[in-house]
Amino acid sequence: MSATSTRMPLAHALNLGLRHAMEADDKVMLLGEDIGQLGGVFRVTDGLQKAFGDHRVVDSPLGEAGIVGSAIGLAMAGYRPVCEIQFDGFVFPAMNQIITQLAKFRHRSEGRISVPVVIRIPVGGGIGAIEHHSESPEAYFAHTAGLKVVSPSTSQEAYDMMGLAIRSDDPVIFLEPKRSYWLKGDVDSGNSPEELQKATVVREGQDLTLVAYGALMPVALKAAEVCQREGRNIEVIDLRSLSPIDDKTLIESVERTGRMVVAHEASRTAGLGAEVAARVQDAAFHSLLSPVIRVTGYDTPYPPSRLEEDWLPGLDRILDGIDRSFTY
Amino acid sequence: MSINTEPITLLNAEGIYSANKALPLAVDAVDATALYRDMVMARRVDTEAIALQRQGELGLWPSLLGQEAAQVGAAHALKPRDVVFPTYREHGVAWCRGVNPVDLLGLFRGTTLGGWDPTANNFNLYTLVIGAQTLHGVGYAMGIVRDGDVGTGDPARDRAVLVFLGDGALSEGETNEAFVWAAAQNLPVVFFCQNNQWAISAPYSVQSKISVAQRAQGFGFAGVRVDGNDVFACLAATEEALAAARAGEGPTLIEALTYRRNPHTTSDDDGRYRSGAENDAWAALDPIDRLRTYLTSTGQLEEAILEQISGQEKSLAEQLRSGCRALPNPAPASPFQNTYADLPLDLEQQMNEHLEFVEAGE
Repeated sequence: MSATSTRMPLAHALNLGLRHAMEADDKVMLLGEDIGQLGGVFRVTDGLQKAFGDHRVVDSPLGEAGIVGSAIGLAMAGYRPVCEIQFDGFVFPAMNQIITQLAKFRHRSEGRISVPVVIRIPVGGGIGAIEHHSESPEAYFAHTAGLKVVSPSTSQEAYDMMGLAIRSDDPVIFLEPKRSYWLKGDVDSGNSPEELQKATVVREGQDLTLVAYGALMPVALKAAEVCQREGRNIEVIDLRSLSPIDDKTLIESVERTGRMVVAHEASRTAGLGAEVAARVQDAAFHSLLSPVIRVTGYDTPYPPSRLEEDWLPGLDRILDGIDRSFTY
Repeated sequence: MSINTEPITLLNAEGIYSANKALPLAVDAVDATALYRDMVMARRVDTEAIALQRQGELGLWPSLLGQEAAQVGAAHALKPRDVVFPTYREHGVAWCRGVNPVDLLGLFRGTTLGGWDPTANNFNLYTLVIGAQTLHGVGYAMGIVRDGDVGTGDPARDRAVLVFLGDGALSEGETNEAFVWAAAQNLPVVFFCQNNQWAISAPYSVQSKISVAQRAQGFGFAGVRVDGNDVFACLAATEEALAAARAGEGPTLIEALTYRRNPHTTSDDDGRYRSGAENDAWAALDPIDRLRTYLTSTGQLEEAILEQISGQEKSLAEQLRSGCRALPNPAPASPFQNTYADLPLDLEQQMNEHLEFVEAGE
């Protein structure tokens, strides 16, 4: 831990990232339900309305389409809005504004209109929640040209990527792993971060490449530790950017290891794992010793929380996936 | 039970002007000839575009025939720094804002999805998803508030947003969300609804039991119902509403009751759902005819002016015809270059593959 690092939960790192971005540029403003007085249901915006006032931290009416639609108008007026969607399952009322408008303004206007809006969404399960509070909607966004889609996995990444997303001139869907909000990590606010659209190798290895993002990163690293004890060296990659995908880092890794497992909470069919697998088999077919294995949520809606532990791709299912790769 | 208030008329179908305390207008200060000229030109843009569509130069055209007074009246109330969010039929507003009418054609010709710089004339691109622009207008108005450009009393600073929408859009959830936001935050935004009474084949009665203007009350702001074929009423109502918005008094919903004389677009067959008799009745209420009668009877329309306008019309028509055919096809690389601020590597690779493919086919 460097002298300038502070240990803090991921939610606090997001808060710090927002605070610093708002201090650096007074066009940055926040809007969302319950983000002002309450500081957000997860306290990610805690203290920010007090610090910056209610013109810059707006408690919005209850309407996700309104939140995103107004953010677009604010962006046209020269502001840099950061929206909060309270829970993953509630982003759907905003989908029209996100897909038909936010993603398309630059293209529609032949580059004249920039809509630098960030949409922050707490995503994922494993928190014992009720329906619509454990979703993983990243595929809908990754499939929509014009959006950037990112997901930090650690406090440092949360801080860094928040700043990068806000400074990006493209609309960014910023997926926060809610189950990791209270995971502590070091944050150096003077860090020189990796570009937003890069994947990072967080653990080097030679035998297999394990790709994950968001809340599954700690699980992936745990799986690598277990494999280490069994004599297998797993390289772990944090995808970080779900759109665009950093092919270069993925291909370079699998050309060395020859094997890949991709893990995500989202349902299997048409998920990010399918996209990674398609790219890898296209670009590195002859390097592969086994097919790309996906360890994912099932093709059912997210189950009642009493079933979620086994439904989610946890440590055991990821280890099974790795074992399956080595049967080839 | 249907609740309707009579729309306010200042200039009736016979071309007679009567003042109305409910809608004050300094009519002698109004450049009525300019209004007339702009309405004539707006109709000419529309007529030429329909002809171009029939000739196969445009795939589609949404006609504004009959709605010229609503659009030109509203547009003349704008100050340069006010910002307009149109639907896809506001060719008359575009004309008044100084948008080159040839630039309106590209969207319908397939050479662009936009066609002009929204900041050049404070006239945003057309929005084809019904009602979506109402929220953009609301957000822009929030920006104006944060810029401090409301209620200062300084005409060089205070500005407002004018959002256009149709009668059908009032059924979309996002439009209703826009009303909620505008009211709750007292935003400097005027919603101008051209109730042309038809959303493709759905008459207004499918959308609502009460008039457009009355719906504002439910959200907590003022609604005004005017004769949409009366350019003076539309001008007066919009001037008052925009002045109130700029002064920090919040939003207004203006309902301009008019009629969509042509089908929804050139692809629509309106004979399948409405009678010619209704259309004929509204033809007798034509917005341009009544203004011409008024101008003639008040001695404001001499032969010389009429000739000049006629000449301007003709050259506009020529400009549209030649301009349309000269609209350039977009470069094959342009969708790739315009999707993101910086071209991502994998998209760049796709672009290169695509360009090779296109070149090989030439």
